[in-house]
Amino acid sequence: MSNFVASVGMEVHAELNTQSKMFCRCPVSFGGEPNTRVCPICMGLPGTLPVPNRKAIELVLKTALALNCTIAMHSIFHRKNYFYPDLPKGYQVSQYGDTNPLGYDGYLEIPGPDGETKRVKIRRVHLEEDTGKLMHLPSGGSGVDYNRAGVPLMEIVTEFPPDITTPDEAKDYLTQLRQTLLYLGVCDGKMEEGSLRCEPNISVRIEGTDKYGTKTELKNLNSFRSVQMGVQFEVRRQIAVIEGGGTVAQETRGWNEQKEASYLMRIKEAENDYRYFPDPDLVPMCFDDEYIESLRATLPELPLAKLRRYENDLGLSTYDAGVIAADLNRVEFFEAAMELGGDPKAVCNWLTGDFAKLLNDQGLMPRESKITAAHIVELTKLIADNTISGKTAKDVFAKAFKDGRMPSEIVKESGATQISDDSVIRNLILDVLNANPEAVTKYKSGQMNVKGFLVGQVMRSSGGRANPEMVQKIVSEELEK
Amino acid sequence: MITQLSAAELAKKIASKEISCAEALDAHLDRIEKLDEQYGCFLAVDRERAYEDAKSAQAIVDRGEAGPLTGVPLAVKDNISTDGIETTCASKILKGYIPPFDATVVTKSKAAGMVILGKTNLDEFAMGTSTENSAYKITRNPWDTTRAPGGSSGGSAACVSAELAPLALGSDTGGSIRQPASLCGIVGFKPTYGRCSRYGLVAFGSSLDQIGPLTRTVEDAALLAEVTSGHDPMDSTSIEMAPISSANLKNGSLKGLKAALPKELFADAINSGVRAQIESAIEVLKNEGVEFTEVSIPSIEYGVTTYYIIAPAEASSNLARFDGIRYGPRSEGKGHINVVERTRAEGFGHEVKARIMIGTYALSAGYYDAFYLRAQQVRALMKQEFDKVYAEYDFILSPTSPVTAFKLGELVDDPLALKLLDFCTIPANMGGMPGISLNCGLAEGLPVGLQLLGAPLQDEKLLQIAYGVEQSLPNATQRPQIP
Repeated sequence: MSNFVASVGMEVHAELNTQSKMFCRCPVSFGGEPNTRVCPICMGLPGTLPVPNRKAIELVLKTALALNCTIAMHSIFHRKNYFYPDLPKGYQVSQYGDTNPLGYDGYLEIPGPDGETKRVKIRRVHLEEDTGKLMHLPSGGSGVDYNRAGVPLMEIVTEFPPDITTPDEAKDYLTQLRQTLLYLGVCDGKMEEGSLRCEPNISVRIEGTDKYGTKTELKNLNSFRSVQMGVQFEVRRQIAVIEGGGTVAQETRGWNEQKEASYLMRIKEAENDYRYFPDPDLVPMCFDDEYIESLRATLPELPLAKLRRYENDLGLSTYDAGVIAADLNRVEFFEAAMELGGDPKAVCNWLTGDFAKLLNDQGLMPRESKITAAHIVELTKLIADNTISGKTAKDVFAKAFKDGRMPSEIVKESGATQISDDSVIRNLILDVLNANPEAVTKYKSGQMNVKGFLVGQVMRSSGGRANPEMVQKIVSEELEK
Repeated sequence: MITQLSAAELAKKIASKEISCAEALDAHLDRIEKLDEQYGCFLAVDRERAYEDAKSAQAIVDRGEAGPLTGVPLAVKDNISTDGIETTCASKILKGYIPPFDATVVTKSKAAGMVILGKTNLDEFAMGTSTENSAYKITRNPWDTTRAPGGSSGGSAACVSAELAPLALGSDTGGSIRQPASLCGIVGFKPTYGRCSRYGLVAFGSSLDQIGPLTRTVEDAALLAEVTSGHDPMDSTSIEMAPISSANLKNGSLKGLKAALPKELFADAINSGVRAQIESAIEVLKNEGVEFTEVSIPSIEYGVTTYYIIAPAEASSNLARFDGIRYGPRSEGKGHINVVERTRAEGFGHEVKARIMIGTYALSAGYYDAFYLRAQQVRALMKQEFDKVYAEYDFILSPTSPVTAFKLGELVDDPLALKLLDFCTIPANMGGMPGISLNCGLAEGLPVGLQLLGAPLQDEKLLQIAYGVEQSLPNATQRPQIP
């Protein structure tokens, strides 16, 4: 049996975070009553004309820069002609050509499993408009909702031949791309609402051969998991077809989430002829270096760079750094805590531990809670200087989460500070030893493990406030006397 | 008679309250009622709205704020959107379609106190040169009702010529304002591409379409151009310039102007009667001090061919939106593709279908480079050649149409012959330059149009020259014998 290698191309559509649509001033948002965010322009009424949304162009340029693309300093819109009821004008305004898309020839770096970095080449980043949505009416028949028609849409396509060769890489690429878009603030990244859509194309070939296999395109993937599973399914399906003596057909397949299987949507017999031509209603976009550089200057530190900095400069593990960097809300919190002089590892543990759990239970975003970075930094300092024990800290944190008071205030009020006074602890220990003579006898006769019992009794009698390390040490001292 | 007045004269009498806006409207509506059955200029007349417009106009007059066209009734070609008034483009596919918005030129006209009189007939989607491609009616030439008014703005030209309206708006993609103006013996002006907003004009060839006035005098053309032009943020291709000013219209002189006569526009195809009138006009202008030089602009020869690739290509895409899904009549069918197919099969006329097919072919993979791309290259070359001429000459003079008004039905079965008639007017659209046609005399009792072309953006200068030419030519403003 031969070894197969897979090639996965990724086509991602991201709806841009603009206030208004691409070519009219209708608002952009999700859901709502059908056809309530429409106007003569996005409905394609006769005689209407498009006026481009500058913000959308800026967001695509920023993305293209973040994805290390060459910027088309002179770029035009084309018309992609085809008929479909959800396409109001009978054409979609898009961008065609190798060097015409706002960004081309770029790459995205993704973190590999063993701490290495993999580069995925990107062919193009272009701007177009979204279509409406066909829907089946409860009364029977079909309707079209044009609320989405004309929403600015960015298309990001990987280079051919593809760099992605495994389902995991496909998922990692999408994860890294989504994080990047979120960092840039260009897209809300909600796959379940369709504001981020991914259509991988997959082919397999026998290892060592040059010729790429026939591609199938996968649609209806609305989560990272479905992307990973879908790609995996397709790879296995295609291998099985070839090993069974068959040939893979060029087709578009849908993903059935319940069955965890792909199904045939349509066979691509010939390439569609979209009759692309420059849209005569729109004038060319021309940019100068100064403008592009001013955009580049606004780019934030990107997710992978952040991850590597947390690892290398702050000493976090790859895993911890990744968990923080994956979520902008955590990043914001974490970096505010660093500004306040927090210990990276300690702050990270709280962020990803108790804080994350409480937030999750309440369904809150970090900034919606009463906890600030200052709370967490203070708490970690109270632990570090032995004012409170780790166990007490958990209770203090839960209280702070409820009412927003600072940990020091809660500790002071409840008297829950840690006891680290040698003589106080020694007295507590002597009381316990006097109350448990049999245990002391057992210890002296060689049953050393009763020490644990005695330490536990001391901790209990102190209400958990005694410094555990000191208790350990003094109990040993007293027993050895 | 009110209806014989030029728009400028009528506006003066309205401003001085000699005539009320309602009286001006009455006079034109009465005449439409009486004569339009004969001429077939109008597809829709909305009396109620017109009287409302007249009332608003009168309020402007009463406030003492009347402008140069306040209260003047305006006919609008039916491919220009009018809020609340059916806009069909003379096509069955838009039967019953009522736009919820005004085209920018209509908004501007209303703001200037003009009164929308009605919507005029045209070749379906402005595709044609005789107005015979209308799905609704035949329009007749007021000079001879057995003849065509030209097209595609035939309804606008005929109604102004027959004095059913003092002036009208048309659109010009390859000569659709100037050619019917020529055949109906009036003035037709196509401004520089981008000076009048196209917002609300139902697109035919987007890179060629331009709205402009059809009037009985150059002054009226200048006034209407002034009202309707200017930058529009709703049209990305609109030029960021002030409206076309009429301030210096009458301050020019023909003396010492240099005019170019491209020999390609005086080709053998020019009918001898037309040639004679143009030549005698040239003699008159020579006496006024204009210096004429014959020049050659070789690319003109490829104008018609090139035009009939670019315009249909753009049209094939522009007309894709007419699918019966969101507006207009919808045919029954099985599944959406079949519904769209049948709607379009039943809704579009023959000429429109032919052009959609030509355009679709020209844009198809494998043919794009040979047709569309090549046509755009020729277009660029043509523009260069014209620019060279404008560097040395003030304007270009030629016939507007090689023939006078032809018989209705005469060329219906010869679409190629009809298309070849456009060779004098097409270059202005290809190069985006302003062009104007005015009457220079009669050949066998039918008007002959003289075309003047100017450098892009020099609309004011061209109008000034046209005004001088009009004043010099004895027959420029003669009217047909009409009831």
